[in-house]
Amino acid sequence: MSDWSILSITTFLPLVGVLFILLVRGDDEEAKTNIRRVALITTCFTFIVSLFIWGGFTYENPGFQMVEKHEWMGGIFSYYMGVDGISMLFVILTTFLMPFCILASWESVQTRVKEYMIAFLILETLMIGVFCALDLVLFYVFFEAGLIPMFLIIGIWGGPRRVYASYKFFLYTLLGSVLMLVAILSMYWFAGTLEIPALMEAKFPENMQTWLWLAFFASFAVKMPMWPVHTWLPDAHVEAPTAGSVILAGILLKMGGYGFLRFSLPMFPLASELFAPFVFTLSVIAIIYTSLVALAQEDIKKLIAYSSVAHMGYVTMGIFTMNAQGIQGALFQMLSHGLVSGALFLCVGVIYDRMHTRQISAYGGLVNIMPKYAVAFMIFTMANVGLPGTSGFVGEFLTLIGAFKANTWVAFFAATGVILSAAYALFLYRRVVFGSLDKESLKSLLDLSGREKVLLVPLIVLVIFFGFYPMPVLDVTQASVDALISQYSTAVEAAGHLPAVAAVAQ
Amino acid sequence: MYSAIVFLPLVGFLVVGLFGRALGAKASEFITSSLLVIAAILSWIAFFSVGFGSTEKVQLEILQWISSGDLSINWTIRVDTLTAVMLVVVNTVSALVHIYSIGYMHHDPHRPRFFAYLSLFTFAMLSLVTSDNLLQMFFGWEGVGLASYLLIGFWFKKPSANAAAMKAFVVNRVGDFGFALGICGIYILFGSIDYDVIFQNVNSVAGQEGNVLTFLGTGLAADSAITVICLLLFMGAMGKSAQLLLHTWLPDAMEGPTPVSALIHAATMVTAGVFMVARLSPIFEYSHTALTVVTFVGATTAFFAGTIGCVQNDIKRVIAYSTCSQLGYMFAALGVGAYGAAVFHLFTHAFFKALLFLCAGSVIHAVSDEQDMRRMGGLRKLIPVTYWTMFIGTLALTGFGIPLAHLGELYIGTAGFVSKDAIIESTFAGHNMFSQYAFWMTIIAAFLTSFYSWRLTFMTFHGKPRASVDVMKHVHESPLVMTMPLFILAFGALFAGMAFQSGFIGEAYDAFWKGALFTGAENHVLHEMHHVPTWVKLSPFVMMVAGFLLAYQFYIRAPEMPKKLAERHDALYQFLLNKWYFDELYNFLFVKPSMKIGRFLWKRGDGAVIDGLGPDGVASRVQKLSAQIVRLQSGYIYHYAFAMLIGVTFFVTLSMFSGGGAH
Repeated sequence: MSDWSILSITTFLPLVGVLFILLVRGDDEEAKTNIRRVALITTCFTFIVSLFIWGGFTYENPGFQMVEKHEWMGGIFSYYMGVDGISMLFVILTTFLMPFCILASWESVQTRVKEYMIAFLILETLMIGVFCALDLVLFYVFFEAGLIPMFLIIGIWGGPRRVYASYKFFLYTLLGSVLMLVAILSMYWFAGTLEIPALMEAKFPENMQTWLWLAFFASFAVKMPMWPVHTWLPDAHVEAPTAGSVILAGILLKMGGYGFLRFSLPMFPLASELFAPFVFTLSVIAIIYTSLVALAQEDIKKLIAYSSVAHMGYVTMGIFTMNAQGIQGALFQMLSHGLVSGALFLCVGVIYDRMHTRQISAYGGLVNIMPKYAVAFMIFTMANVGLPGTSGFVGEFLTLIGAFKANTWVAFFAATGVILSAAYALFLYRRVVFGSLDKESLKSLLDLSGREKVLLVPLIVLVIFFGFYPMPVLDVTQASVDALISQYSTAVEAAGHLPAVAAVAQ
Repeated sequence: MYSAIVFLPLVGFLVVGLFGRALGAKASEFITSSLLVIAAILSWIAFFSVGFGSTEKVQLEILQWISSGDLSINWTIRVDTLTAVMLVVVNTVSALVHIYSIGYMHHDPHRPRFFAYLSLFTFAMLSLVTSDNLLQMFFGWEGVGLASYLLIGFWFKKPSANAAAMKAFVVNRVGDFGFALGICGIYILFGSIDYDVIFQNVNSVAGQEGNVLTFLGTGLAADSAITVICLLLFMGAMGKSAQLLLHTWLPDAMEGPTPVSALIHAATMVTAGVFMVARLSPIFEYSHTALTVVTFVGATTAFFAGTIGCVQNDIKRVIAYSTCSQLGYMFAALGVGAYGAAVFHLFTHAFFKALLFLCAGSVIHAVSDEQDMRRMGGLRKLIPVTYWTMFIGTLALTGFGIPLAHLGELYIGTAGFVSKDAIIESTFAGHNMFSQYAFWMTIIAAFLTSFYSWRLTFMTFHGKPRASVDVMKHVHESPLVMTMPLFILAFGALFAGMAFQSGFIGEAYDAFWKGALFTGAENHVLHEMHHVPTWVKLSPFVMMVAGFLLAYQFYIRAPEMPKKLAERHDALYQFLLNKWYFDELYNFLFVKPSMKIGRFLWKRGDGAVIDGLGPDGVASRVQKLSAQIVRLQSGYIYHYAFAMLIGVTFFVTLSMFSGGGAH
């Protein structure tokens, strides 16, 4: 299909940038600027190349496209890459967000710039790899290796409690990964292959599915993160540098949702059906619980981190509704949240760079001196609240309608998030931006710089564009999601269960 | 033309919103206002061509919005008579408010932002009324909520304004919670959320047997499913239209600039709930229960808000409670099935209530931004234009007219007289459980309306001046740019009722509405309301006169009386003055507990339980364990030898018991 291995090129292009950065000598100002420039050019170029993936994508084809396959290690694993409607947009989201991360770190990171940029570029390669890999071991390698650069980014360039945060992050995610590795091994013993498309057809016995599902769930639930394994996220966000938070919220969290869609649903349909009520419960608890917790926060980043957990609750809920609206809504919610929460962390970064504090009480009345910032922050706050006309609404609405189809209790409780999200988001905005400017320390702040405008304006445009016209995303995902659902319901029916929708609705 | 009506305000918003600073205040005002005037003129043309011409219904598809599975939603402009009525109301009032604001906001440094917001609001409201499906309505619904939030908090330095803005948004979201679930329910039931599909299929869906919907674990038959959905949707309407229980945001919303109160919190946005029920009349007609609830809520609000309006001292808050009460009238009419009467009152109310607010603004402008009526009085001679236009507005609100007189089929009186009496008569003629209740409530509310309206007029304009000499010296009539909108609205307040009653509720009903409002086969309220007993027709007028006389007695003849009365019935007075203690109750029930629970879950749930048992617990356990292991390595040979001995003993014993060993 693709003669020029576009997926591999996109995946490994950032490493070329790493090579160039390694060639830069010295650590004076000039060298630092050069390093930053190389990183920026590399990420921008990667983004442009990745657009060819979208350009060459066939919308009607529900299967994997642009496939590359090479034998590796005597045929047990293979280097097997490909994208479908579920994974393709995550690749684009990753490459799209990376230049923003580099730009956001332009001035705020001054120590070990070389290592910092290298960590980010390697991270990019690994993240793209996660979404492209079609071999289970390859996936696992990308998935786990991604932990290391992130661990370093938090642990080296983070805030005062960075060691605690990075260790907590590592401990949680590692625990999940170990279980997943065991599951992968047993899948190999059963099916004799590690190729994801083949495993989707493998039809694991019902009993085995349950255990495999739980093992994968442990890993993905931590990544999402779902309640009650979410407590690493607020700490990680608070300590991470701005760009780290953007990647964390924008991409890393999405790997959990992606994992559910790539593995849990198609490979273990019976277990997914069995555990759907369990996931619903956790999702609803996440939405209400973390929204309430967000209401009580005193730290801006923590508040946004908790709101991320609540939004991910909509995603897990949507995925396990097993209907088109729910899953497409979940996918859309993930992509939109990648933009919105990324943008919100950038907004926090803007004022953190000026004031070096994230305490809400240290701010107030910013609109008086930073009107442009106030507008940008308002738009992203509203997108976070899920106002129609922003991308945040489409995902929330679709998952809600999907949930209503599956189980009205779930929809009912999830809809309370509509009220709570408005409460915590506007409460934050009111305390930070509105009011009169009384604090002496704030009086000399400058409004958005040119660099910061370049960061925020494209995100504003996209958030509003996708709010009014989400079809580009929905069109891409349609065929693959339909295929996923029909595969799922065939499996469930074949096992003699009622079709999921009817069963859960009772 | 229809696209122009909707998108001209958007153009205004975008131009001024993006380039307002560069353009300057004058240009911003000019651009937004002139675009709105054009939109308003086009709306009237649309109104006459759709309502009185042969055009039946226009649908313009603009763009696909969402498509997922079998759910497909488009951006479509739909204009039928109901929409055309709303277009006229929204654009006329909005254009006048734009013009009025040029004068009113003259001293404000943020005028471009103000005008951009006003235009944004207008666009959102227009997309609400021209919606062709429920989600598009929801878009407009939340859009006006956003604009309202921004405009209430326009003076962002005032903490009270920020609090009010947030309260408005959050309380509205409580309503939207129901609205969103209602949309989901409609989709499950009808497989689509397009009006046309819903309206065509509602009969067949209502006729289905067995359970058609499972809601919260209960299987629902067709009629109860429709009832549940209607009530969920109505929850949204209650939030937006500030009906009892979800009304608390409206009085606080008066923190915004007065033109905003006139446009958003009197004439247009708050009527969105009424519009919604009228638009969905084909569904509501199939649920008797839901309509009964609507009647009850509306009638109760009409009474309840009236009682509070009688004791408030802030001039804007009195009018805000009056708005709340008048919206209650509209819902009462909707509930008994008199959709025409409700929309008619919506139409006339927009004129006189916008007029009253703009007059109040003119008064506030004159007395150096004072809003407390206790520090006004005696302004009649100083600001005559404001006085007389407000007088007309008051006549219209209280429903002044000539009872029982006919000009052919037409009643003679101010706009409020024609439409409000129609509502009262329709509640009398209604058949549901609460229609008689609604009749008595609205009758009492008519008395209250008259009392607080005249109280407001007397306290503000009559008697001796109570403002400081300094303020009185500066009292001045507003400039023409502010009084001109007052004249136009006063004209509407006087004649809009008589001019259009035949179409809205009279003989020309069918020709005018062309099916935009649906009435079931058994619904004859509109016919019966014209044949109610004479005493029913007379009673609102009697109530109005009684209210006027009481207000005259209290505030002109014996101004010390109200004070004495308040002292004698202190408990009741405090109860009313504190708005039935709803704010305190909600603070106690919802606001404070959520903060407390949030803090509890954060510190105890996340902190102590999850982290305590999870990562932190594991970490400290590992540390303790390793500390103990460290202690074993004591460095004394005899410790190690002893340990070896125990080990050897253990293994020997083990091998003996397991039957191993040498043999």
